Amino acid sequence: MQFTIEVNNKSIRAEKGETILSALNRNGIIIPTLCRMAEFTPTGACRMCVVEVEGRDRLVTACSAPVEEWMKIKTHSPRVIRARKTIVELLLSNHPDDCLYCDRNLDCELQRLSDEMQVRERRIRGSKIKPRRDQSSPAIVRELSKCILCGRCLRICEEVVTATSIDFIGRGRYTHVGPAMDRDFNFSSCIHCGQCVLVCPTGALHEKHYLAEVQEQLSRHDVTRVIQYSPLVPYALAEELGIKYNRDFDRLLNAALRKTGFDKIFLSGTGTDILITELTDTIIGAKGNPDSKPLIVSACPAWVKYCEQFTPELLPMLSTLKTPQQISGSIIKSVVPVSDDKPRVYTVSVTPCTAMKFEARRDSMTRKGISDIDTVLTVRELARLIVLYGIDITNIDPEPADEPMALRSSASFLAESAGGITESVLRSLAARKGEKEADRPAVKKLRNTGTFRETMVTAGGETYTVAVVDGLKGLTKLREMIESGAHYDLVEVMTCPGGCVNGGGMLPAGSREAVRQRVKFIWQTDDQEAVRGPEQSASVADLYGRVFEQCAELADKKLFHTHFSKRDVLL
Amino acid sequence: MSKIDDILSRYREGGHESLIPILQDVQEAEGYLSESAIVRIGSFLQMSTTKIYGLATFYDRFRFIPAGKMHLRICNGTTCFINGSASVVAAVRDALGIEPGQTTRDGRFSYELTACQGGCNEGPVVCTGDTYFTHIRPEDVPELISKLKALADLK
Repeated sequence: MQFTIEVNNKSIRAEKGETILSALNRNGIIIPTLCRMAEFTPTGACRMCVVEVEGRDRLVTACSAPVEEWMKIKTHSPRVIRARKTIVELLLSNHPDDCLYCDRNLDCELQRLSDEMQVRERRIRGSKIKPRRDQSSPAIVRELSKCILCGRCLRICEEVVTATSIDFIGRGRYTHVGPAMDRDFNFSSCIHCGQCVLVCPTGALHEKHYLAEVQEQLSRHDVTRVIQYSPLVPYALAEELGIKYNRDFDRLLNAALRKTGFDKIFLSGTGTDILITELTDTIIGAKGNPDSKPLIVSACPAWVKYCEQFTPELLPMLSTLKTPQQISGSIIKSVVPVSDDKPRVYTVSVTPCTAMKFEARRDSMTRKGISDIDTVLTVRELARLIVLYGIDITNIDPEPADEPMALRSSASFLAESAGGITESVLRSLAARKGEKEADRPAVKKLRNTGTFRETMVTAGGETYTVAVVDGLKGLTKLREMIESGAHYDLVEVMTCPGGCVNGGGMLPAGSREAVRQRVKFIWQTDDQEAVRGPEQSASVADLYGRVFEQCAELADKKLFHTHFSKRDVLL
Repeated sequence: MSKIDDILSRYREGGHESLIPILQDVQEAEGYLSESAIVRIGSFLQMSTTKIYGLATFYDRFRFIPAGKMHLRICNGTTCFINGSASVVAAVRDALGIEPGQTTRDGRFSYELTACQGGCNEGPVVCTGDTYFTHIRPEDVPELISKLKALADLK
């Protein structure tokens, strides 16, 4: 039902049941918000969104108050503006004010609000929060003095990621955000997915930076520097740099990375193609075996850690295959030659993920104590590296990546969205039997929304039951199904809702709808590309037909497998 | 059956509403909330330990390290404060070398500041268990501590 309310002496239409904020936003009025998260229940904690409602003594929070028919609202009266400005001033009263040195300088919601409210001096002085910097995690840094206690991180950790690794600790001015028993991150149940980083309005939570390390290696003469990037990285980088993306951008990125000083450029997408091929083999091998358990994809490192902690009963079902990044890493460290002048190979991987930083440090991802991947960068860090080295990516000539991992199929790009790996494997199962496509309408069911999706697909003359967990909330349903005896040939679990497109190393999407747009772009690209799966990729053919045969370490493909074990942390 | 299981058996499994009463009972029985107790309560209530710890730290009464054999409660109410409880606290801090909420390494002492204990005409008040010490001056503290040390060693 619609009705009219009065806002700033003008009439606007409002919908019964919506909040004041949504009615205002739809009618071209912007109200500043801070603790608000789209698609979450409002808490009204920060009070930034207050408005004046005639007949009410106190200011009303627009984000949480339902709009009512009799309302006469003032959104920018002197009283309202004064209140909002005071809130920002109070938030700043104990803030470290080290914007120039902060990770989020020029990209900080508190900084922007302070500017919007025209705060030009420190009017209120509070005692500063004792600086405490938790750098214990390989992926996420927590800087308590910059935290404004908006609570977004702990809400997303509980309500979306379902790990509940952080909460408010203490009371009053001692309140801070941290894991159980006030431990540091490395001892906590944090799965390093980085969803909290995406929602943090300030620099209190950010990814751990490894750029200094990369720069040091770039300046050395005795190392061969290899970089690989996942299929989504060019798209995400273009977004980060504010450039319109098209497929040529991938080759521009190759050129930019060479100019930065990398000797070899490989595609993690080739690793994804290998993963898809190996998964397809596993499924074909298991088909017809009456004792076979569901095969759960382990390509999401945050999910793997989650599984080791929270659902160890599922560990035996986890595919032992490594993630694309690590598969590529094990190939790189096996095939890139070393010489007397360059005795070392240094590998960097760029991903849309923060958990990959953690994964690369796992014991099982090393050989003789040397990691297959030395450094993992997020897309945001890569953007900084390119800017730092003064490369104008719009003004250079495109270049190809290096053999043997120079090409990727569109299936590997598809794998960056939740359900993409499953679709790609089904496509491969069909392709193995000379079919162009698996049963398309059945596969399309995997593209629905919802955190748990399942479908039965006929591919290559066999019927496969597959499921996708899109965001760990869907895990409850999966566990119920498995407990009740349901059989799946393949289950894909993605921690971040939407998949890697919404990863902790991406530009924050801001809403479910924006994530969906990214996913749709992936589907579009997939439809347009010629090399649809690993079977058609020349790089995959070359690797299996020549490279693996010639390299003693890779011949039995044992390096592509890893192992998992129950992890003892405070849950 | 351990003390904690004994306590938990009185409550409904998975009932989040019993969290605070359970925490109070456990602290009463064990003197503090140990990590293992929090984990046990978490699995009983199907709640994250992070949430339990977060909630418990909100309340001053919950402790996370064992109290000393002698746990001093120093009144920090208005009247005791006016009568000089702050200097008593400082003297205790000097004598024991610990902050409120901490426990000495030998496990003998711990202390906390409390709201009014109702002995306003006798302030500043310090108590341990059921024993009250009144009109405490900072200069009385060393003697009080050595008296209590002897008592602690008997425990």
